[in-house]
Amino acid sequence: MSTSPAPAPEAAAGGVSRRTVLKGLGATLGLAAYAKAIAPLTEWAPSTSIDEFLQRHYKELSPLDLRVVLQRLEREAKQEYGVDVRISDLKAQPGVKFGYALNLSVCNGCRKCAEACHLENNHDRPSHNSYIRVFEMSRGSMDLEKGNAHYTHPVKQPDKYYLPVQCQQCEHPPCVDVCPVEATWKEPDGIVVVDYNWCIGCRYCEAACPYHARRFNWEKPKIAPEEINRDQGYLSNRVRPQGVMEKCTFCLHRTRAGRLPACLEACPTGARVFGNLLDPQSEIRWVLEHKRIFILKEELGLKPQFFYFFDA
Amino acid sequence: MPDAAASPVLPDTTPHTPREYVRSYLRFLGQAISEAFDGGPAFYVWMILLTAVALVGANAWAIQVRDGMAVTHMSDHVSWGLYIANFTFLVGLAAGGVMMVIPAYLYHDEEMHDVVIVGELLAIAAILMALFFVVVDLGRPDRFWHLIPFLGKFHFPVSMLTWDVIVLNGYLVINVYICTYLLYERFIGRKPNPRWYVPFVFLSIVWAISIHTVTAFLYCGLGGRPFWNTALLAPRFLASAFVSGPAFIILAIQIIRRIYHRNFGDGPIETLTKIMRVTILVNFLMVLSELFVEFYTGGSHTSAARYLYLGLHGRSALVPWIWSAIGMNLLAAVLLLTSSITDHPWRLNAACVLAFAGIWIEKGMGLIIPGFIPSTLHEVVEYLPSLAEWKITAGIWAFGLLLYTVFLKITASVFARRRALDAAAAARSTP
Repeated sequence: MSTSPAPAPEAAAGGVSRRTVLKGLGATLGLAAYAKAIAPLTEWAPSTSIDEFLQRHYKELSPLDLRVVLQRLEREAKQEYGVDVRISDLKAQPGVKFGYALNLSVCNGCRKCAEACHLENNHDRPSHNSYIRVFEMSRGSMDLEKGNAHYTHPVKQPDKYYLPVQCQQCEHPPCVDVCPVEATWKEPDGIVVVDYNWCIGCRYCEAACPYHARRFNWEKPKIAPEEINRDQGYLSNRVRPQGVMEKCTFCLHRTRAGRLPACLEACPTGARVFGNLLDPQSEIRWVLEHKRIFILKEELGLKPQFFYFFDA
Repeated sequence: MPDAAASPVLPDTTPHTPREYVRSYLRFLGQAISEAFDGGPAFYVWMILLTAVALVGANAWAIQVRDGMAVTHMSDHVSWGLYIANFTFLVGLAAGGVMMVIPAYLYHDEEMHDVVIVGELLAIAAILMALFFVVVDLGRPDRFWHLIPFLGKFHFPVSMLTWDVIVLNGYLVINVYICTYLLYERFIGRKPNPRWYVPFVFLSIVWAISIHTVTAFLYCGLGGRPFWNTALLAPRFLASAFVSGPAFIILAIQIIRRIYHRNFGDGPIETLTKIMRVTILVNFLMVLSELFVEFYTGGSHTSAARYLYLGLHGRSALVPWIWSAIGMNLLAAVLLLTSSITDHPWRLNAACVLAFAGIWIEKGMGLIIPGFIPSTLHEVVEYLPSLAEWKITAGIWAFGLLLYTVFLKITASVFARRRALDAAAAARSTP
């Protein structure tokens, strides 16, 4: 500073140019190092696009916007995997509230449900991801601490019973409350969904969920093109982007079209019962009215719409 | 009104018209920037070192964005790790920064006024670091704008995270305002007008409490995580923040005194030591209360505490961390409570380093990780940070220290320039 009464050291004759040159050199080297350091970002950039960056929240999309988005996503799937996928966006139907019940007396722990979920929902293949975890439990105890989700022996073991756990589609979902950007919400038919194109990946919902129902895409899901399930939903099983949350959606691309969830179809024992809680004639209503029902962690007051029962 | 000593200075320094204000403010910024890039050999070595570490962190982060957060060791079981641990600690450090401010303004401790800016600048640097730690924890940092009110979709007031966004950014703005106002006024040779900053100082005191309370509420509001779901969390956060904050400030003052060979701050150091003597014990009392409840009650709700302190089902990755934290805090407490510690600077410095490191573990990894172990379905999946996480963490700390160094250097130069100008003016008026 010229106004400074105490002259800075570099103002001394002779030192000026050398010091300035050194500083300039240092700054240039620093900038070059910085550019080199963040270069991986430029390799990542092609995996996203301006359209995706500017895309509005799902609920703010007009029907036309949505159609454009769906077409873009189909086009991207074609580019990336070379397959023609159909991404639908079926809406919740009035008068429908989905519920799920599971008969622990007949479940044999075969984990066909978890496998079917893995295939139906285009999960990452190497991690064997699934929205369902099956715990092998000791008879006479409901303590999950004594459960084991990593059993490898043949089932069904005589002194065990099996407890599959997936999203309980709570009436008061804490995961929805904590989301800072409303990227996850409860649909009118009771299904908690995620807008994969809005989620910022903070994983607060994963911390809030008491049922370990949520999964994060720690990297881009790896899946062979020929294994991709092409019947996809925007809010459900389309191949997820890297860095966002995902969860069980009761297979809404199937169930909103009148079909059953993949996990139920795959179950060889008939342990699973799915249906409309608002329909008095539905099987699920019959189960709720005639069986002794319990729900997991009832004391938390979240009112799950996933019910368990024993036959005997 | 400017005081008599400061007004008859060089004619171009005290602005009167808006245009002069703009020009003098630009000059102020110019001096700040030139100060940031100028100094002795030790300064260059220190800054180049910090820059290098920060660049290693930036590179690791860029790779994390490209390849996904699989480069970390976090998992669906332990979904927050070293980043959020540091975030939590740094919010505390930022809140603790105002521990200087409270005695200075609430109790009119005049000597504190001169060094209070050391604490406020720490608050700024710590908040910036905390915000960086949130950003590197995001899976989609490119969607950061979704968090901006009106532009994105701000889930206020339901999500506690939106409260945190508000209080952290608000705290940053308040402290940046106070610091730049005080420095600029000194730069142009005026005595700062209390009307323009004292209300904000009081606001920042209340706000400091709020940032740490809200950050505690992020965790303790989750019913599915019994380890965090305790009403003691927010008070404990505050107690430990008022250990780590003063500890850091004492160390900063000691270093500044050595660099500038100026003897100031004995009074403030003694006040801060007194504060730490109380807060470190309050923090212990709270840890003890939690330990009692967890271990006397027992049951599966306490398995996270068992995992943390003793290990669970043969898994014990955090046990050495937490016991070393307790050891450090105990040693720091003993040192602090030994009489006449301020006469033994090295003992005091050691106590501050120990307390700072102890709280960093206790409120970082020791708080965040057990929230996830065992998982909500009682599976025990362990977590230790990956190399990428350490690199990014070190990078953010280095960048934060770099900022703090620059802030302090600018402050020192403004004060030094002022003293020189005042001395010159006094010399001219006396002959």
